[in-house]
Amino acid sequence: MIRIINNLGRGTLDSLAKLGRSALFLTHAVTGITEILPRPRLLTKQLYFVGVLTFLIIVISGLFVGMVLGLQGYYTLSDFGAEESLGIMVAASLVRELGPVVAGLLFAGRAGSALTAEIGLMKATEQLSGMEMMAVDPIKRIITPRFYAGFISLPLLAALFSAVGVLGGQTVGVTLLGVDDGAFWSQMQAKLDFYDDIMNGIIKSIVFGFVASWIALFEGYDTIPTSEGVSRATTRTVVNSSFAILGLDFLLTAMMFGDN
Amino acid sequence: MADGNSTVETLVSINNLSFSRGGRKIFNNISLELQRGKITAIMGPSGTGKTTLLKLIGGQLRPDQGTVFVDQKNVHGLSHRELYRLRKRMGMLFQSGALLTDMSVYDNIAFPIREHTSLTEPMIRSLVLMKLQAVGLRGARDLMPNELSGGMSRRVALARAIALDPMMIMYDEPFTGQDPISLGVLVELIKKLNTALGLTSIIVSHDVRETASIADYIYIISGGSIVGKGTPRQIEQSDSEWVQQFMRGDADGPVPFHYPAKDYIEDLISSKKA
Repeated sequence: MIRIINNLGRGTLDSLAKLGRSALFLTHAVTGITEILPRPRLLTKQLYFVGVLTFLIIVISGLFVGMVLGLQGYYTLSDFGAEESLGIMVAASLVRELGPVVAGLLFAGRAGSALTAEIGLMKATEQLSGMEMMAVDPIKRIITPRFYAGFISLPLLAALFSAVGVLGGQTVGVTLLGVDDGAFWSQMQAKLDFYDDIMNGIIKSIVFGFVASWIALFEGYDTIPTSEGVSRATTRTVVNSSFAILGLDFLLTAMMFGDN
Repeated sequence: MADGNSTVETLVSINNLSFSRGGRKIFNNISLELQRGKITAIMGPSGTGKTTLLKLIGGQLRPDQGTVFVDQKNVHGLSHRELYRLRKRMGMLFQSGALLTDMSVYDNIAFPIREHTSLTEPMIRSLVLMKLQAVGLRGARDLMPNELSGGMSRRVALARAIALDPMMIMYDEPFTGQDPISLGVLVELIKKLNTALGLTSIIVSHDVRETASIADYIYIISGGSIVGKGTPRQIEQSDSEWVQQFMRGDADGPVPFHYPAKDYIEDLISSKKA
């Protein structure tokens, strides 16, 4: 019995300590921007690794998600003779929810895990320690550019996901199933609100980008420097980022669309 | 050195240092002094925290108690900025080399110069080539770290450690896992660089013969305290059985061959599993 309480206490303390470390880490990484502003090449290089290399998986997934939405939406809406509303249905689902959330999950799986493994291995091979001894702050030099790259990339990737998804929905709905092209686009134009729908979706993706990059980089930095430690940290990145994205999505949705 | 601070002749002075990790005491009230311009070796069996000692000197770890003075500055009393300024004058050679794997040999050596100075690229080039020439790897400048052998990466790391012309270099197990030729090269380089560049070197190692051949002074650490110190000759003639066993590499002695266990015969006869 005492042992259970003991373990509970230790677990709580450990998680609180980790939370504290991650908050300090985040502050340090965010304020490191002064370091990369004079050297934008550090950032562009990471934008390529984090953002551009995630491009393909986002485009392909967005296309298929949009096509499925078009198909499912058509079957349901046509029961009520409302297939002209397919455009708004596809676009609203993508822009409000699926764009930011699915792009966020894919980002955590593709870019987040890569970041954790990279930083974790740099720690395991003493590269971070080596930098410290060369009087180069590893958080500012290594973490900050990666953090901002993730933070900038995800909103763009989510927007791209939604755009490609709409095209996928249009391909299935209009080209294959024969929904009227004009109705598809004009309903979308008329009913999709820039602030309520598109801006809220962008805000979500900014939040997800922030959280997913933070988790991925912190897990890498805080990893136990062994091969097992790195593998665990990578798994934790994907699991924790997914939970964080889905949980935050619920909260943000409740805040944004709750009073409608 | 009654006041415990480093002076003109002493570059690094460690006073009454204690450090523990995970409930285990790694250092128990140890004091040592490292002379400027000399090669000091810190030896001891694996797991005695020799690398930890280097990290304490470099300010990467904090002691539970005691002070570390480097060039008359209290390492653990410095601000972040001052500590980084001090580290620019300390080179460290990690056991793994710790080269940045996404950069070529050339860029690895240019890295600290680019980070800390605003020299032009042609000047950096000359500096990098000079450092590479010193370790004999000028021809390897375009290789990536994963194309280097273990001995070569340590030499590249050495070139990087001297890139900013530091006042001291800390070597973490420089001889471990090297073939005889690389070993000879490294021993020669450490000795040569120390004289040529007027460095102060600290070698942490358990390779007795190689280390003793170039060290001016040796500290032997075991079980958290210093068990022997002196010049290589003094150490060789030490009357401590422990030091003798360590220097000769005997299998049995004060450090027993057998892990503590109950009586052998009794253990064989008894039927209990554990």
